[in-house]
Amino acid sequence: MSQANLEIRRISGHAGPAPGAGFKRESEVAKLIDTTTCIGCKACEVACLEWNGLSFSDTTFQNSYQTMPETAYNFWNLIKFNEYEPEGGSLMLLMRKDQCMHCEEPGCLIACPADGAIVQYANGIVDFQQDQCIGCGYCLSGCPFNIPKFSPTSHKVFKCTLCGDRVSQGLEPACIKACPTGCLHFGTKDEMKELGETRAKQLREQSGFKDAGVYDPSGVGGTHVLYVLHDATNPEAYGGLPKDPRVPWTVRLWKYPLKWLGNLAMIGGVIGLCVHYLRFGPKTVEEDIEVPKEGEQP
Amino acid sequence: MNEPRLLPDGRVVRYTFPERLMHWLAGLSYIYLLLTGLAFWSPWLFWIAVVLGGATISRELHPWVGVLFVIAVIWMYRVWASQMKKTERDREWWRSIRHYVRNEDSEVPDEGRFNAGQKLLFWGFFWCGLVLLLSGLVLWEPHWIPWNLRALRLLAVIVHPIAALITIALFMIHVYMGTAIERGAFGSIVRGDVSRKWAARYHRAWYEQVVRDSPAKE
Repeated sequence: MSQANLEIRRISGHAGPAPGAGFKRESEVAKLIDTTTCIGCKACEVACLEWNGLSFSDTTFQNSYQTMPETAYNFWNLIKFNEYEPEGGSLMLLMRKDQCMHCEEPGCLIACPADGAIVQYANGIVDFQQDQCIGCGYCLSGCPFNIPKFSPTSHKVFKCTLCGDRVSQGLEPACIKACPTGCLHFGTKDEMKELGETRAKQLREQSGFKDAGVYDPSGVGGTHVLYVLHDATNPEAYGGLPKDPRVPWTVRLWKYPLKWLGNLAMIGGVIGLCVHYLRFGPKTVEEDIEVPKEGEQP
Repeated sequence: MNEPRLLPDGRVVRYTFPERLMHWLAGLSYIYLLLTGLAFWSPWLFWIAVVLGGATISRELHPWVGVLFVIAVIWMYRVWASQMKKTERDREWWRSIRHYVRNEDSEVPDEGRFNAGQKLLFWGFFWCGLVLLLSGLVLWEPHWIPWNLRALRLLAVIVHPIAALITIALFMIHVYMGTAIERGAFGSIVRGDVSRKWAARYHRAWYEQVVRDSPAKE
């Protein structure tokens, strides 16, 4: 982040250690989404469209309050509405703002073959560079959250940028800015994690949600979008939030062992053929080879 | 098989025009698929796609050229499959592969029109081609595969490169044999004919059959 350059190293004419010297600003950012205080107003959906210059598109009615079934290439922020009946409890309407999770171990980036098309910044934001994107769609397979979406018009893939343009200027993402209930928070990852845990503790101790907790899945190395859930043991109830998301094993198998095995085999094959040629050379046709002619019985 | 195989100028027809055409449709489309595929395989080879007109164009054309390749493979299957059945001679050939590799060909049984290695190449490319087609269809427009069928995508992601690697091994040996080792083989798939000596040397059982099937010269 730009502020990192303004950390104090030394100051002139000062007795004793410079104030602030050695202070390290936490550079990793995170969004905290408290699903327990979301009211489903969709202000974040609108703010996302407005800030990112996306036009309003048709909604899809599915017997629910939800705008459309899943995020789209031109709709990066979607609140998922799900009815849920906990054991021994009353019916709940779960509302979870769905968007890119900005994984520490991003499956999209690992699967992408295009040079520089997906970038992970030091602050944790994973961003797509559409000018480098070749439209292969491998990121769709790499993502465990069903987030990257292919644009049929530009043949490029789009998703939430965590408002990297705003964050780099010290602003919070547009969705955070628009939230009227304060269920959305933005700050450093450590702060957000702490805030989330405090809220979860409050829910456990004071609101009777004994399984309340923070969603920060370790399978993808943690995420830069955190959720506070009433029931952290059942994230699937919140519109298919995976319990243990991971970069798919076939993607990892392809990108690590298979790639090295294949490269070795190909280079080894070329070397092997060269060595074979040097050792044995071409086959030859003997000058005096017996050649049967028509009418002769071979 | 009906048209005469022995030419008046003393040469032997090895490949007919349709055979050469389908071979080169397959060959050239395969080389394009190989180069663009390698560009997407490794960041170190991404420059190939840039040289071939840009990675976006390579991504756009790769599946269409793949369709051409599959057409050629099906064509070859229709023309050659009946000649590619494994025979007792092939089993013997594999048993003496050691001698074949060391150019000790007097220890290797006489070969028919296609030797057992060529048959392996044919069936390898046929089956891998089929796998590449099916996985390639999934990878062509991955956003058409709904999220609850994503297992298909994840399978295609791993199956496509594995099948491609198998074809690369076959391809490397094929090109090496056809150009460096059996001099005259490359000319035969370009011009179509070979000398009698060449035919008697490399595919003796086939040449003897050709001679038997041809009427004696007056």
